[in-house]
Amino acid sequence: MTGPATARGPSTARDVAVVAFAASPCERRGDGTTGGVEMLVPIFAEVYAQTGLTKGDIGFWCSGSSDYLAGRAFSFVQAVDAIGAVPPIMESHVEMDGAWALYEAWVKILTGEADIALAYGFGKSSGAELRRVLALQLDPYLHAPLWPDSVSIAALQARLGIESGRWTEKDMAEVASRALGAAQSNPQAQISGKITATELLEAPYVADPLRAHDCAPVGDGAAVVIIASGDRARDLCERPAWITGFEHRIDSAALGARDLLAVPSAAAAARAADVARAAGVARAAGTVDVAELHAPFSHQEILLREALGLGDGVAVNPSGGALCANPMFAAGLSRIGYAARAVMTGRAGRALGHATSGAVLQQNLTCVMETRS
Amino acid sequence: MSEALTSEPLRGPLEIGFDYTRSLGPVLSRFMTGLAAGRILGARAADGTVHAPPFEYDPVTFAPPEEFVEVGPAGTVISWSWMPAPLAGQPLDRPFAWALIRLDGADTALLHAVDAAPAAPAGPATPAAMRTGMRVQPRWAAERVGSIRDIVCFQPSSEPEGGPASVSMAPSTRSSGLDGANDTVGEAVEETVGVTVTGMVAPVHLVYEHTASPGESAFLRGLAQGRLLGQRCPVCGMVYVPARGTCPVDGGPMAEQVELPDTGTVTTFCIVNVPYPGQRVTPPYVAAAVLLDGADISFQHLVLGCDASQVRMGMRVKAVWKPREQWGTTAENISHFAPTGEPDAAYETYARHL
Repeated sequence: MTGPATARGPSTARDVAVVAFAASPCERRGDGTTGGVEMLVPIFAEVYAQTGLTKGDIGFWCSGSSDYLAGRAFSFVQAVDAIGAVPPIMESHVEMDGAWALYEAWVKILTGEADIALAYGFGKSSGAELRRVLALQLDPYLHAPLWPDSVSIAALQARLGIESGRWTEKDMAEVASRALGAAQSNPQAQISGKITATELLEAPYVADPLRAHDCAPVGDGAAVVIIASGDRARDLCERPAWITGFEHRIDSAALGARDLLAVPSAAAAARAADVARAAGVARAAGTVDVAELHAPFSHQEILLREALGLGDGVAVNPSGGALCANPMFAAGLSRIGYAARAVMTGRAGRALGHATSGAVLQQNLTCVMETRS
Repeated sequence: MSEALTSEPLRGPLEIGFDYTRSLGPVLSRFMTGLAAGRILGARAADGTVHAPPFEYDPVTFAPPEEFVEVGPAGTVISWSWMPAPLAGQPLDRPFAWALIRLDGADTALLHAVDAAPAAPAGPATPAAMRTGMRVQPRWAAERVGSIRDIVCFQPSSEPEGGPASVSMAPSTRSSGLDGANDTVGEAVEETVGVTVTGMVAPVHLVYEHTASPGESAFLRGLAQGRLLGQRCPVCGMVYVPARGTCPVDGGPMAEQVELPDTGTVTTFCIVNVPYPGQRVTPPYVAAAVLLDGADISFQHLVLGCDASQVRMGMRVKAVWKPREQWGTTAENISHFAPTGEPDAAYETYARHL
């Protein structure tokens, strides 16, 4: 181990880039187990094929998943079967979206303890009634005993925005219409289609003021991202997606004390990511070509665009976003993966991947990536 | 790949429940004690804002509350959403609204349910009964224990329209043990109730549909026919029973199905002497790792049919099946393993599998 290179901050320590990404198809009720193995084995094979790596080349593994989805303890241990952990591996886990597993893997590389790391996230969201299970992520004293479900809480936020004039139900339907249209070219999406906002608005409410199209579908899926340091990244990928800023922040868990029409943690994470980036890069802050936003509800894409300062020129969610595939604990990592893919394929010079966790955008993570000549 | 490995996986219900017992800490203890008394306490921050429910530490300054104040009980709906088909555990079992309610005297909101039309004649309530800005008041539970559910729900207020009733609490200089907070109100509430609520019980019950892996499904379907089906890894050649989805050594899928006999060797064991709730066999009894003949990994089962003290490493055993009419896709088809009477297996034959 070489130890941290400097105390001046991560941006000066080591260059790290995304070199591979794969996502499983998102299915309403997959045949896989809650341990994720069946979803992970094929996408591990995919990123090995993209890079020419084998499992023995990976210096650090980190996963994101939740026992509450699985309904049993230590469910993530089963997922390690997909790796084939003999001889023993260096491995860690977060009970969060895989985006936070990627953050841990990134830090691991920055410290010099690994050169190549693989992060994955998986969720069998269909195992139980997801919106009810998600009540248990709330404050356990004042909120969770009432079993407030995730859709109802998002609907409270949506109405605040509608009645304060920040957006309309039509604006929300337009977000969904765009997402469904974009997802038509994404084979991993769970739902997609060509449908106008006007047509969408004819549907009944599922949780007034939310309609079905405003809510991410429930689906099972997994995602995997490989990152590597400096020269290793250049060896593994023709056009690596260099990480220039990677930050996460959190807001209060007190739903009634938060301003639900502001996302200070997302704005703070974006600012911090750009500050880290500014150390070595000349382009203006905030200018990204593509942004993949983890917005499980249509109005949250509108909130995030504002909080992250994204202008009209930014292509938001060309993958279709979480409104078309939201496998729990993998959808945030997928956002970073799709943003990285835009850089790796030359479709974007700079791209932003965003992930959220908790109720109504409580916790937010941003990852800015760019190409280099 | 055999047909058994490609057919639909087996699925079955999985219900789990646990009553979490939680300590409340000083601030929530005051709040819950207040609820037990039918009163709602908020906490005043250094900048004068009143949080109801109270904060333990100010989310911005991280300071503890300056003072407890009584708020409400009536308040104003600042946002709401409609729940047409309530989920298990929610406050009402008929259509209702979730709402953020700013209680009179508070600057923040409380999340709770609103019974939009409690006096409505036949027919379910509709969202037409709800609007932002409507006045609501709590409906208290008949028996209160110090829980957010001491408030059953909120309901439209019976007071005349025209704004909140004024609630003013005379400032007090009296201070008590809550990190220096002025706790006159809290102490008064505590005197009313006669007891301080310091804990709560939060029951959690979740219902899942558990999916077995393709390998597990084949294993369980085999059991229903009285067969023991394992799988061989195409890379390392190891035979796993019960089957797993993937070889844990190589990370790849299993390809070949292998049928194994129901005889094997005890590799290691323990004698269970401790009784526990739900135990099916009276202690002392033996839980052993049984390595089936031809398998590379052992699995745990009971060894009965002899005195516990006679069970030993290397002992040869055979499955004792329940009557065929009781078989299903379950490992319980095998009641237990019993000694065969054969000579013990040599240590070298199972040393690698310990």
